[in-house]
Amino acid sequence: MSGLALQNVVKEFGAFKAVNDVDLTVPHGTFVCMLGPSGCGKTTLLRMIAGLDLPTSGAIRLDGEDITHVPTHKRNLGMVFQSLALFPHLTVGENIAYPLRIRGAPKEDQKKRVEDLLSMIHLTGYADRPVSKLSGGQRQRVAIARALAISPKLFLLDEPLSALDAKLREAMQVELRQLQQKLGITTIVVTHDQREAMTMADTVVVMSGGEIRQAASPIEIYRRPADSFVADFIGQTNLIEAESDTLNHVTVLGQPVPGLQLPPGAAKATISIRPEDVHLTAPGGGALTGTVTFVRDLGGTIETFVEVAGRQIVAVSTPRARPEVTVGQEVGVALTPDVCVVLRK
Amino acid sequence: MRREPPQTFGDYSPLLFPAAMLTIFFVVPFGTMIAVSFFQRQQGGFYTPAFVFDNYARFLSAFFGGVLGFSLMMAIAVAICCVVLALPFTYLLTRMARRVQIVWLVALLSILSLSEVIIGFAWSTLFSRTAGITNILVALGLMGEAKALTPSFAAVLTGMVYQAFPYTVLVLFPALVRLDPTLTEAARTLGASPLRAFFTVVVPALRNTIVATLIMVFIFALGSYLLPQLLGRPQHWTLSVLITDQAIYQSNMPFAAAMAVFLVLVTLGLVALTVIAGRKGEAA
Repeated sequence: MSGLALQNVVKEFGAFKAVNDVDLTVPHGTFVCMLGPSGCGKTTLLRMIAGLDLPTSGAIRLDGEDITHVPTHKRNLGMVFQSLALFPHLTVGENIAYPLRIRGAPKEDQKKRVEDLLSMIHLTGYADRPVSKLSGGQRQRVAIARALAISPKLFLLDEPLSALDAKLREAMQVELRQLQQKLGITTIVVTHDQREAMTMADTVVVMSGGEIRQAASPIEIYRRPADSFVADFIGQTNLIEAESDTLNHVTVLGQPVPGLQLPPGAAKATISIRPEDVHLTAPGGGALTGTVTFVRDLGGTIETFVEVAGRQIVAVSTPRARPEVTVGQEVGVALTPDVCVVLRK
Repeated sequence: MRREPPQTFGDYSPLLFPAAMLTIFFVVPFGTMIAVSFFQRQQGGFYTPAFVFDNYARFLSAFFGGVLGFSLMMAIAVAICCVVLALPFTYLLTRMARRVQIVWLVALLSILSLSEVIIGFAWSTLFSRTAGITNILVALGLMGEAKALTPSFAAVLTGMVYQAFPYTVLVLFPALVRLDPTLTEAARTLGASPLRAFFTVVVPALRNTIVATLIMVFIFALGSYLLPQLLGRPQHWTLSVLITDQAIYQSNMPFAAAMAVFLVLVTLGLVALTVIAGRKGEAA
């Protein structure tokens, strides 16, 4: 099978299980983002793929070949570190040529390849500069070019954009994604920034406590989160208890929602409703009734906090799509079955 | 933040104490020594103030020139041996657990508490025929019969490297601790074996530290005068031994002073050359 496969990978540090029985298949040419809060095991997983850490048990396969115990330097990969780890004693060109020099490529080929890579990252003519003279974004690109110099089988990035300011980060996300699509290289990025993951990835892998909670396309993760952790971690959401009676009539906060189905046999479940799916209406008319407690007007969007039966619900809408409401006013909250995502326990 | 340069006399006052100490304990004695190096020696007595070059002229003989050359060569050999041994050692040490590091550093610091005399006699026992390490090799069947390893050049070198090694580690340690460990990891992901990563990344990234350490150990080794006498033959005696001999046993203070001044000048010259060479290398 072409691509990367992790099979029952476990990593223990003493009694602590950093990565717990992870199974993951990354087809060739896919862009995968591992997303999770700090300490969720995503960096440890990346380091095991790179060979910098050895799994306690389990296997890592690349293109069908077991590479679990292949030393890092024989894996032919490219990795960008959070600190970038550019060599301070080498120039931009020497940094990029390092993997070629180590492999004994002829001087002429090295020079040619460095020029190609520099033009790819829009830094033509920078070969002889010391890395200390570059800006943050330029260093970022040099680190990427160095990792791609040998056209590696796997491109790994550990929080690559975290050192950049917000604007530059957003621009680099787009650039990185376009570069990956152009080269068609299997890429794995570790990040804690869900916006970054949504922008770049074909597949987002949400991790927590050393386990994969969900691995799916960004839109699938957003629309159909598997559990309350994923729903809450990816974007903003309202997590509400739903109850079902023996006739399978589902009520949410005491209000019947016709057409909503809970899993067979379940009397209770948590549902997730995205704030942009919560529609405010006039009170009554089959909807939940609540009181507006706070309005956050951000100009482009307006967040309205509504208290319904003791629970806070957030609704987000554009200014034009929302009725004028003020704090203390009674409003109706319309819930339709298609916006309620029933979560796995 | 921009700092104003010191303006008034008061701003410089924190420097007064170190300046006074440096003047009283370094500038004055060294000035005296320079002066004495031009004085006339009194046969059988002490010296009288004069301004003669006899002492320097006597020094510029083949014999003393040879001793000077040997001293410099010995100090360079000690410096290179120390750095070659201490660099990988310290690198591995900084990658160990904190507790292991502390045990090693305490052990190294305790070597510093040993005087040159104790180190000298300990090694002369270890290198002796009757009680030395060759007896262990004989017991293991690796050698036919025990033999004395001292006096010899290798014995002097071993003793001096042993004495300077803890200093070398202590000077290299902070720089290696500060070195970003992801640099070597990056080198490994880019295709370098751990050994190549060490030589292509760690060593060049620490070039300035390594040069500074070489100079420090070199100067430290130049001053050693007991170990060459305890572990070496007369031809292994360094200039420091001869200076001590002239100053204390021959009572020829002017000649000893002249040799000392010459040694300082040559040392400064070599250090300056190293620094200039280092700058050139950086520019290239």
